[in-house]
Amino acid sequence: MIGRNGKIPILLLVALIVFLFLLPYVAGKYVMYMTMHILVLSVFALGFNVLLGYTGLLSFGQAGFYACGAYGCAKMLLVIPSLLPGVICGVLFAGIIALILGFLCIRHTRIYFAMLTLCFGMMIYSLAWKWRTMTGGDDGLVGIPRAPLEIPGIFSINMSSLGNYYYFVLIVCLLAIMLLYRIVNSPFGLTLQGIRDSESRIAFAGISVKNYRLIAFTIAGLYAGLAGALLPPLENTVTPPVAHWTHSAEPVLATLLGGIHTFAGPIAGAFLFYVIKDIIVRFTEYWLICLGAIVVALVMGLPGGVVSIFEKRLVPWIRLRFAQGGRR
Amino acid sequence: MENLAFQGLVGLSLAMYLWLIAAGLTIVFGVLGILNFAHGSLFMLGGYFAFTFYGLLGINFWLSILLSLVGVAFIGLLMERFFLRHIYHLDVPYQLLLTFGFILIFDDAVKMTWGGVFMIPPMPDFFTGAVLLFGRPFPIYNLFIIGAGIGVAIGLWLILERTWWGRIMRASASDREMAGAIGVNIPMLFTTVFMFGAALAALGGALSTPVRVVAPGIGTAVIIQAFVVTVIGGLGNLKGAFFGAVIVGVLTAYGILLFPIFELFIIFVVMAVVLLLKPEGLFGE
Repeated sequence: MIGRNGKIPILLLVALIVFLFLLPYVAGKYVMYMTMHILVLSVFALGFNVLLGYTGLLSFGQAGFYACGAYGCAKMLLVIPSLLPGVICGVLFAGIIALILGFLCIRHTRIYFAMLTLCFGMMIYSLAWKWRTMTGGDDGLVGIPRAPLEIPGIFSINMSSLGNYYYFVLIVCLLAIMLLYRIVNSPFGLTLQGIRDSESRIAFAGISVKNYRLIAFTIAGLYAGLAGALLPPLENTVTPPVAHWTHSAEPVLATLLGGIHTFAGPIAGAFLFYVIKDIIVRFTEYWLICLGAIVVALVMGLPGGVVSIFEKRLVPWIRLRFAQGGRR
Repeated sequence: MENLAFQGLVGLSLAMYLWLIAAGLTIVFGVLGILNFAHGSLFMLGGYFAFTFYGLLGINFWLSILLSLVGVAFIGLLMERFFLRHIYHLDVPYQLLLTFGFILIFDDAVKMTWGGVFMIPPMPDFFTGAVLLFGRPFPIYNLFIIGAGIGVAIGLWLILERTWWGRIMRASASDREMAGAIGVNIPMLFTTVFMFGAALAALGGALSTPVRVVAPGIGTAVIIQAFVVTVIGGLGNLKGAFFGAVIVGVLTAYGILLFPIFELFIIFVVMAVVLLLKPEGLFGE
């Protein structure tokens, strides 16, 4: 997943997944809580990167779809306290809204696309904030249960312990990431990259650029919705700031921290985002100024993201060492 | 009827605040081609500087506004010289991200310097009170803002149309390379234009301090309003920004009266409709 091929990254990947599954046995609640947030931001940012890295469209309204997922899931859980219907409701709601708004947004590219998505995101924010009867206004929705994972008559798993919910989030996120990996490496994903690099050439090949962009937009919306839907059961509350444009900046930051032209970039970026935050807040409450400085330094010095160092320097270096070792 | 007229006047004063925010953003985008996310933060800094000079140090009101303009223009100089200058060749996402980084930096810097709580700046004595208009009291300060906004509009028009510097700005806005080829010092021009835009943001911030609170984070709220206004009027179009501000201000004033729940929503609907049907803006060519 990290390198394009080669055995070392696959070994690393397996080790990482095994580590994530063993985490509840070695770490406390805080680390599990953090890891869930990293996983959720990873899914959020990966979906966003289908638009930015693969299709070349910068969306500044992803928080709107995240909020659709969060509010959709919360509303459902308040009616039917069962985890699966809640999460599915959130994801579908976000997907439908993304499909409708995407139909309008893909009429533009570049800066007008960014403005349009920003505008729709803020529209959703203004509804979440002001439409009190539906969304609870600025108090948000509270008392959302962490409902059990159940299929009536077959099984029911209690989610009230953090460890159980951790496994649910971990498995759902890993499945979503694997699915997305398959999608972006399919002919469909290659076509998206073709659109990014040369729109007219793809159009001349007889492919509907708009349809592909719309599908990419909807995928990004679905993934934002999934990320949003996973949080209400954890936090027991949803408030309007999840829809604000500054929250849309989080996947943008994570993706650019990690690197936009690699699949794993957004995951590495999400990890860095939380780790940087966690380290800095131990020393000072002003962690955003440090994040800002890091962002500025990254844009000025390393526009390829952190994963690009890994790909360009570290992986070849390891390969070189092992190759030399083998010859000796 | 009187009620509607009065609300129109309220809208007009709202519009002038928006215009002051959007003017600098528009000029910078028009000439440099950079959509400066941190413009709202420069507005916030202008407010804090004016608050410090006038409210805390007790310097003359007009002088403290001038000082805050100079201070923020200097910050603009540093931003352009050391950072923005090196990213003009990068893609739009990186430009937006860099200026977004500055939002984070300015927000926390303000918290470190002035604390995280909001503050209510004092108003100069000669502006307190209200006059009766359409049978209801209207704050004198808002009348002053309407005048100041129109004054800034006329001043900008004169600078752009009647001065040498304005001609150069317009020339490099329409064709940067050609302007460079005929001897315009483009890097120098970009620096001065960015400083000018920053000073305009500071003017907006300094003039709104007596009626708004100054608080960290107002930059992120203000920049969205500025985006709405500039998009409706047309990105980089100064005349459009003025009328865009009037449209948004008046719509907000009537929106609050008629649909208090969906007032903000309606503004974004207007923005979306303009973007979809006439992306170059209502006043674009």
